[in-house]
Amino acid sequence: MQLYLPIAEVSVNAFLLLGLGGIVGFLSGMFGVGGGFLITPLLFFIGVPPAVAVATGANQVVASSVSGVLAQLRRKAVDFPMGIVLLLGGFAGSGVGIYVFQWMTRLGQVDLFVQLSYVLFLGLIGAMMLQESLRAWFRAQKGGPVRRSHVHTWVHGLPFKMKFRASGLYISVLPPLAVGALVGFLAAIMGVGGGFIMVPAMIYLLGMPTKVVVGTSLFQIIFVTAFTTLMHAVTNQTVDILLALLLILGGVIGAQVGTRVGVRLKAEQLRILLALLVLAVSIKIALDLLIQPGELYSVMPGVLP
Amino acid sequence: MKHLALALLLFAAPAHAESIVAGLSQNRVSITADFDGSEILVYGAVKRDAPAPDGPVEVIVTVEGPPTPVTIRKKDRRAGIWINTDAVHIDAAPSFYAVATTGPLASILSDTDDLRYRITLDRAIRAVGAATETGDPAEFIAAMERIRIAERRYRILQGAVEFTEDTLFRADIVLPANLTEGEYTVRMFLLRDGRVIDAQDRVIGVRKEGLERFLFNLAQDQPLIYGLLSILLAVVAGWGASAAFRLVRA
Repeated sequence: MQLYLPIAEVSVNAFLLLGLGGIVGFLSGMFGVGGGFLITPLLFFIGVPPAVAVATGANQVVASSVSGVLAQLRRKAVDFPMGIVLLLGGFAGSGVGIYVFQWMTRLGQVDLFVQLSYVLFLGLIGAMMLQESLRAWFRAQKGGPVRRSHVHTWVHGLPFKMKFRASGLYISVLPPLAVGALVGFLAAIMGVGGGFIMVPAMIYLLGMPTKVVVGTSLFQIIFVTAFTTLMHAVTNQTVDILLALLLILGGVIGAQVGTRVGVRLKAEQLRILLALLVLAVSIKIALDLLIQPGELYSVMPGVLP
Repeated sequence: MKHLALALLLFAAPAHAESIVAGLSQNRVSITADFDGSEILVYGAVKRDAPAPDGPVEVIVTVEGPPTPVTIRKKDRRAGIWINTDAVHIDAAPSFYAVATTGPLASILSDTDDLRYRITLDRAIRAVGAATETGDPAEFIAAMERIRIAERRYRILQGAVEFTEDTLFRADIVLPANLTEGEYTVRMFLLRDGRVIDAQDRVIGVRKEGLERFLFNLAQDQPLIYGLLSILLAVVAGWGASAAFRLVRA
């Protein structure tokens, strides 16, 4: 069944979109990430204009994060004060990100900018996660001692300290603000919620206990992506609600299935799989940049001032 | 307007022996949610006041979509990666252009009349100005033609006009699914010896309708409400999924 998307102005197969949403939702439910880093390149691939893909991808992440945070809330695994501090940073980052996105669009380098960000961040996070999870897996095989989760670093010496009860932390608000700003910035330019950056940053940089990380990350991602969606809708008119609806429908169903599969796997196995997935996406995009494209020219409607 | 009146006068003045009587299968195309391209039928007949002179008579049908500004970019290798470097801006390039003929364009149409009526694809595009930041816009325009022909936005359909007994003609033109809204001009030319002896034009209105119209207008006119609506949709869907999941589990 073909469906004409009013904002993207392309006709696409509705079941294909449901399927795409479903696959991404499945992975998102399994790994506890929003899935924006997958949906945006997939949308490019089926012919949705990049600007629409980024804005609509953010909208889809809102839905999966709401669904996820409600599940975490029942387990009381959401640190609200931490979420709010991350959020404040997130808004600042998101505002700057939208501005940079518009500036890059004018220069005609927005594709390159988005792709480079993808390669850089996905590659970095993927490699770090793979290394960490493989080590954890080997340790589990050998049955060695578990490493301390909470290590004191220079981060703990900064001023403006604040108590985060649910996380059991007494640290400066500056690192969470900075992490929030970085993730908000990425959310705006890449159409991602930033879960795959936020989660490792909270564990490794802020020293938060793993059990509250997913819920807290999702909590603040809801607001950052909702803000991003709104900003894109108001400044660029690039949110396609019909496209979002289909992705969301597929996504929430996929997420249910993914969650059930996810609980059967071991934590390290899950992290290794996610790391491999993240690396695969980053390598694919890197190759696109390095290999000579078949068509050197591109046609874009509109003359940008 | 003055030019148009003059042209009409010129057409009307010589009592030419042959003229076109034409029709369209439809004069509007609605882009609805299930829109997947459309086919329009252009048909007509040659009306003669006197017996037909000797020699072949030919027909050309063109369909032109609303012109839009376009930026053509070229990628180049810089520091090992392929990035957009040069760009050419075109103020108005047709968003759709199809030219259907009874025979090869090169042999049925003279250069003078091509220049005058802007019939071939090259003329239809090059008639409009190209503001360039680089040396050679021709190369960029050729690239745009190539890309848009591949996207089926530009179509050269030589020999696609059916012409029966030098009198009745018809052409089927397929409009692709990724149509731009606006007025589509259909032109029909009657030619002898490479010269246009009569021309007719009609307009087809292409418009988003129903849900598509509503959503597009909302996004353009009330972006804040539209954005909030998108977020509400996501929140309700996320909450609904969570609630449904709990029900299934319980």
